[in-house]
Amino acid sequence: MADIAARNPAVLAGNQRSGLHKLMQRKSTIAFLMALPLILLIAILVAYPAGYAVYLATLNKGMTRFVGFGNFEFLFGRDTFWLVVYQSCLFAITAVIFKAIIGFVVAHFVHNIPAKGQRKWRGMLLVPWVIPPAMSTLAWLWLFDPSYSALNWILAIFGIEGIPWTGEAGWARFSVILVNVWIGSPFFMIMYLAALKSVPEQLYEAASIDGATWWQRIWYVTLPMMRNIIAITALFSLIVTFANFDIVRVLTAGGPLNSTHIFGTWAFRVGIEGGDIPLGAAVSLFMVPILAVAATFILRDITKRGSEV
Amino acid sequence: MVSTKVSRRRFVAGTAVASTALVAAPFVRSAYAAGKLSVGFWDHWVPGANKATTDLVKEWADKEKVEVTIDYITSQGNKLLLTTAAESQAKSGHDILAFSTWLPSRYADQLVPMNDVVEPLIKANGAVNGTVEYLGKVDGKWLAVPATVGSQIKGPCSRIDLLKKHAGIDIQAMYPAGAAPNADAWNLDNFLKAAEACQKGGNPFGIGLGTTSDNVDTAGALFHAFGAMLVDAKGNITVKSDPVRQAMDYYKRLMAFLPPDAPSWDDASNNKFLVSGQGSLIMNPPSAWAVAKRDAPQVAEQLWTHGFPAGPKGRFGPFLPFFWGVWNFSKNQAAAKSLITFLSQAASAEKMVIASGGYDLPAFANLTTFKVWAEEAPPKGTLYHYPNPHNHQTLSIAAAPAPHKIAEQIYTQAIQTQMVVRYAKGEAMDRTLDWAAKELEGFSRN
Repeated sequence: MADIAARNPAVLAGNQRSGLHKLMQRKSTIAFLMALPLILLIAILVAYPAGYAVYLATLNKGMTRFVGFGNFEFLFGRDTFWLVVYQSCLFAITAVIFKAIIGFVVAHFVHNIPAKGQRKWRGMLLVPWVIPPAMSTLAWLWLFDPSYSALNWILAIFGIEGIPWTGEAGWARFSVILVNVWIGSPFFMIMYLAALKSVPEQLYEAASIDGATWWQRIWYVTLPMMRNIIAITALFSLIVTFANFDIVRVLTAGGPLNSTHIFGTWAFRVGIEGGDIPLGAAVSLFMVPILAVAATFILRDITKRGSEV
Repeated sequence: MVSTKVSRRRFVAGTAVASTALVAAPFVRSAYAAGKLSVGFWDHWVPGANKATTDLVKEWADKEKVEVTIDYITSQGNKLLLTTAAESQAKSGHDILAFSTWLPSRYADQLVPMNDVVEPLIKANGAVNGTVEYLGKVDGKWLAVPATVGSQIKGPCSRIDLLKKHAGIDIQAMYPAGAAPNADAWNLDNFLKAAEACQKGGNPFGIGLGTTSDNVDTAGALFHAFGAMLVDAKGNITVKSDPVRQAMDYYKRLMAFLPPDAPSWDDASNNKFLVSGQGSLIMNPPSAWAVAKRDAPQVAEQLWTHGFPAGPKGRFGPFLPFFWGVWNFSKNQAAAKSLITFLSQAASAEKMVIASGGYDLPAFANLTTFKVWAEEAPPKGTLYHYPNPHNHQTLSIAAAPAPHKIAEQIYTQAIQTQMVVRYAKGEAMDRTLDWAAKELEGFSRN
């Protein structure tokens, strides 16, 4: 009898409708549907290009046959590639360290400004971060110009010889890192400022009662309370800095003598300018394992601290 | 004229057969018969130069009843390069696209053979130089048609007064307007002496040693002057050779008289150096002169464009051609060929050259004597020798005659200027050559 009822089309349709109704009432289904536009966007703009890059990296130079890991093996034997690996790490790690230190110090300064005038300082300090980097780097390029550097002009007033900002390997590396620090520090500042504001005032009061010095308050109260924000900000910045392209491209185009190339700029040089797209894709994919290792360590630490709390 | 309505498919089939006689026979005779054509041209930096091209295309489109859309794509920020790469990957885009120097060979498999266009043009307009043939023709197949717009010679542009004052050289006497060059004394030895004298006089030669095109082109021409090849036509690495060592030694001596920041120069640096009045010579097409005419007329009045100094193996000047090519996925290849043919006629080329103030250069031998070059001023005749009208120098490209896939990497990675800077900064010659050989080995992979 039940079997007959189940075969009845009207009953079947009713069951299906109620099944669908139930499905639609589930929180997870609604959450999925609401996230679906974003998932599709990520699939189209992130997952597909990433997958395509992996596919390209497995082709030969003429893109006519599959070579597996051939491009990666080839890169391991190139001196220029290892130079780029070294420079990418140097660029990203040095820049992130300086951005974190400067952001931390400036966040404290801003935090101690009376609330009334704080907003305008926050706004002004964010300016380097909100200007499109390609534009602000162009201004830096003029400051560093080999022949007409405004900075050298100032140095000349004090009788100091001009500096080859982008003409000598060491100075060129310094220049690109400096510009990256200038652009990126406000992000650290604003994140640290938000973290500072969330530290309960009672903790500082308790520390003061215990006779803690300024340094002890920083070390035992502020830093532990900010650890997660520091870690996440550093990770985020490390990823963005590793993947940087515009600063180096505009300022030095990787020169002189390839001494400022990082993964992004060298991949562009090899892949787009040089016409070896598979090799360019392979170069750019090298960022993935390096960043994956960094992300694993940093996020694991955050999870550990989260469970401790 | 008989007007017949022809379907697009029928038209394409019919014109494919008739495309060998493109100049003589208009390929379509009725409105809409030819369908649409999309063109991606290089966006000219000379204000108003694009208009000459637009007018010519319109003239052709009106006559042939084709609906043409034009995009002018800048090469700033590698936009044109990226567009080309994207269209190649997507197998979709413009029917006709402007291809810069190395791109026809890079996309050889995706370009429609143009022998039926180029060969009649050569018959009508004269031969093309060896560099155009090297870059545009592979295995007997013309991959694209040498374009007037954007093609350029990057020869010396000198200050008449400063060369006279510091080095005692009368460059106008060597390269007189309206007459053949009298420049036997303009050789690499005297060039070096002049560089030294101008540097001591406070107005050095502005030759860059960075990784961008201007720098690489100059290095390429000077290497050719010594017969120095990094890789030969068969793909053999020949970097460890005496001519390469001689070229490196010469460059090292020359570098001592160049601005100390030359290794970081880009394509704008030399222009600025000349226009500011500091430099006495740069290697550039007449863009620096054109800017000086606008911004520093007193400098422009003293500028003279001329040929390269001769070396032991001859006199070489860098030539950078642009090409017009047709993708093999183009839906309207016959119309595309017809338009390119029209744009390559002498009358069209002359209009483009005039619109660009003499900057653009047709690649065909009979089209290097337009009046515009003789008449441009100040000073009158300053561009007379720019198009190499007396074939005084061999037009060349850095990294030739290496196979294209290798040569393109040598060029884009600026191996020659990098070698020169490494050696001039104190690295041992053998070490520099070892480094270069290893890089070249990498470029040779398939």
